[in-house]
Amino acid sequence: MLKTFKGGIHPPYNKELTKHKPVEKAKLPQRVVIPMSQHVGAPCEPVVKVGDHVKVGQKIGEAKAFVSAPIHSSVSGKVVAIEPRPHASGAHVMSVVIESDGTDEVYEGVKPPKPLEELTPDEIKNLIREAGIVGMGGAGFPTQVKLSPPADKKIDTIIVNGAECEPYLTADHRLMVERPEDVVLGLRAIMKATGVNRAYIGIEDNKPDAIEAMKEAVKSFSDIEVVPLATKYPQGGEKQLINAVTGREVPSGGLPMDVGVIVDNAGTCAAIANVLKTGMPLIERITTVTGAGVKEPKNLLARIGTPVGELIEQCGGFAGEPGKVIMGGPMMGISQSSLEVPVMKGTSGVLVLQKSEVKTLEPMPCIKCARCVDACPIHLLPTYLGKFAEKGMWDEAEKYHALDCIECGCCAYVCPANIPLTQLIRLAKNRILASKKK
Amino acid sequence: MSQYKFLITSSPHIHSGESVQKIMFSVAGALLLPTLAGVYFFGTRALILVITATLAAVATEAIFQKLRGKPVTVWDGSAIVTGMLLALNVTPALPVWMVVVGSVVAIGLGKMIYGGLGMNPFNPALIGRVFLTVTFPVQMTTWINPVDGTTGATPLALMKMQGVPTDYYKLFIGNVGGCLGETSALAVLVGGLYLIYKGYVDWRIPVSYIGTVAVLTFILGKDPIFHILAGGLLLGAFFMATDMVTTPVTKLGRIIFGIGAGIFVVLIRLYGGYPEGVSFSILLMNAFTPIINRLTVPRIYGEVKTR
Repeated sequence: MLKTFKGGIHPPYNKELTKHKPVEKAKLPQRVVIPMSQHVGAPCEPVVKVGDHVKVGQKIGEAKAFVSAPIHSSVSGKVVAIEPRPHASGAHVMSVVIESDGTDEVYEGVKPPKPLEELTPDEIKNLIREAGIVGMGGAGFPTQVKLSPPADKKIDTIIVNGAECEPYLTADHRLMVERPEDVVLGLRAIMKATGVNRAYIGIEDNKPDAIEAMKEAVKSFSDIEVVPLATKYPQGGEKQLINAVTGREVPSGGLPMDVGVIVDNAGTCAAIANVLKTGMPLIERITTVTGAGVKEPKNLLARIGTPVGELIEQCGGFAGEPGKVIMGGPMMGISQSSLEVPVMKGTSGVLVLQKSEVKTLEPMPCIKCARCVDACPIHLLPTYLGKFAEKGMWDEAEKYHALDCIECGCCAYVCPANIPLTQLIRLAKNRILASKKK
Repeated sequence: MSQYKFLITSSPHIHSGESVQKIMFSVAGALLLPTLAGVYFFGTRALILVITATLAAVATEAIFQKLRGKPVTVWDGSAIVTGMLLALNVTPALPVWMVVVGSVVAIGLGKMIYGGLGMNPFNPALIGRVFLTVTFPVQMTTWINPVDGTTGATPLALMKMQGVPTDYYKLFIGNVGGCLGETSALAVLVGGLYLIYKGYVDWRIPVSYIGTVAVLTFILGKDPIFHILAGGLLLGAFFMATDMVTTPVTKLGRIIFGIGAGIFVVLIRLYGGYPEGVSFSILLMNAFTPIINRLTVPRIYGEVKTR
């Protein structure tokens, strides 16, 4: 039996579109828009001025707070604007706009550090922080913060998240197939930084080539194990992954470190490896540009700040009439109104759905079929939570653990009555949190 | 590229394609099997009853919705299921106008006065059936034998009143007296298993319900196989105790529901005044559904005990 968790769904994965396509370097953008907030935590403060000349890898945003991560220029060229620009979240966020000079000149400060064997844990953490590395699975939590748990939290296990359970996305899949040794190098750095000597790499079994490649790459490391996981959404959810691999449950309201675990995305590990090998901070990432709405879906290695519209053009443009452009996957991604929004550190994919695929479904009465109850990976009662949210019963919603919802979307996906359960629970969570702030 | 307008919605952006209509029409489709068995054994009068009851249920729902100025939603298929189930739960000898009364009561009193689909606490078809049982006790218990249509008794009544057993094979095939759709265990089983396969019926309810009846009758020294095959247990277990609206939403709750209904059936059949107790057992457990739900809220992932 493959390891997995209880609940979850089996949506159509649609990964065939890109899973066999090697990563291609995206064209160097002429202009990048680099938001000063691409991570969980305090936004960065720009440390460049309009008119400044910057080079690839040069720091342009300083992280002042502990929970934050600096931001670097992904091109060489001139800063032409520092102003709020459209952001994948839907808001306008302070961004540094850089006009590329096309030379792609690397910043002088970017040089390879000492080999991993000679680095101390603190030096590793510092490198990770200074390179602006954040969780690349989407949430964007600063990696160095994760690697620095309070003294009373004893970490004994590192899990690399290679599940990539979101339909359509193949960025991590291709990474693990093409650069498995980078994932392992990054993981070893994390293990050294945290002093942990047990690590697992969890991969859904719909990626047998990635499992093979990773197994080969960890051959000489007895403390790293590749764990094939059942293909089921949301297998890559942090809590579900920890449960599947270790059998542990992160306590309600707690963090993985509460059960001695740190989870890092495969892409994050590769970004760490890149710093160790070249000294280059996080300035580019693999992003899957896909969907029936794109002529030629691809896995692109794109510079941070590239407008998504440019990536879609490099994939042959729209196929048919586009109905929805989503940053991320179809289950948890965010729909966009503008093609100007830039690729960020956490942009694992750009999904374009054709107009004919995008349906607005009319909700019907709940028939209590309990499909949502069976699908919820947190074992909530989404039908109840949805009803409480509809009626504004926020206290009841909290009592039924609305705040534990991970917003994976399973309940709304399965609902035969088309009730927007995830959306209603999201609303309840916002209201509950807002009332707590008062 | 900017000439396009994109739809902005909150995630998730895809849907399973499952729908209330698909569920209801699949149930109605599965009910065609016991319907056909009923027609085979009891003739066209059975077919007329099923069609009339279904049309009456749909018409009642439409009229109620028109009167209340609500959109008419009979195409969700739920009234069709209720109408069919009611007809399958009456004697094939029932006068047609009575089944119309039953349909009106099932939809009107059993469903619409609570607010329509999804709001009713009790299985509407069973409300209709019980109404008919208490209103027209004689007509509702005038049983006929298959094929020749002569009056006779149901296997359960024969057993209860005279201690006469019925051949298993006859019970399995359905060549016995009884409600229109309950006599053929075979037809009900095939339909029920289809719904389990489709994921529209949770196996927990039929298994715990039938299992409880089997275990209890065995312990009490009766013939469990007879009690499973005779009467409406199978039809009830696969098609009525599994009505999503009126049964628990939790897995443990569904098992409790099945066990409770099983206990009631055995109590009524062995010690009650009626030879059969399936309808009452399900209705009684429907009443317990809200409290079962409340008591079986699953432990959530990572739940921290608070006192």
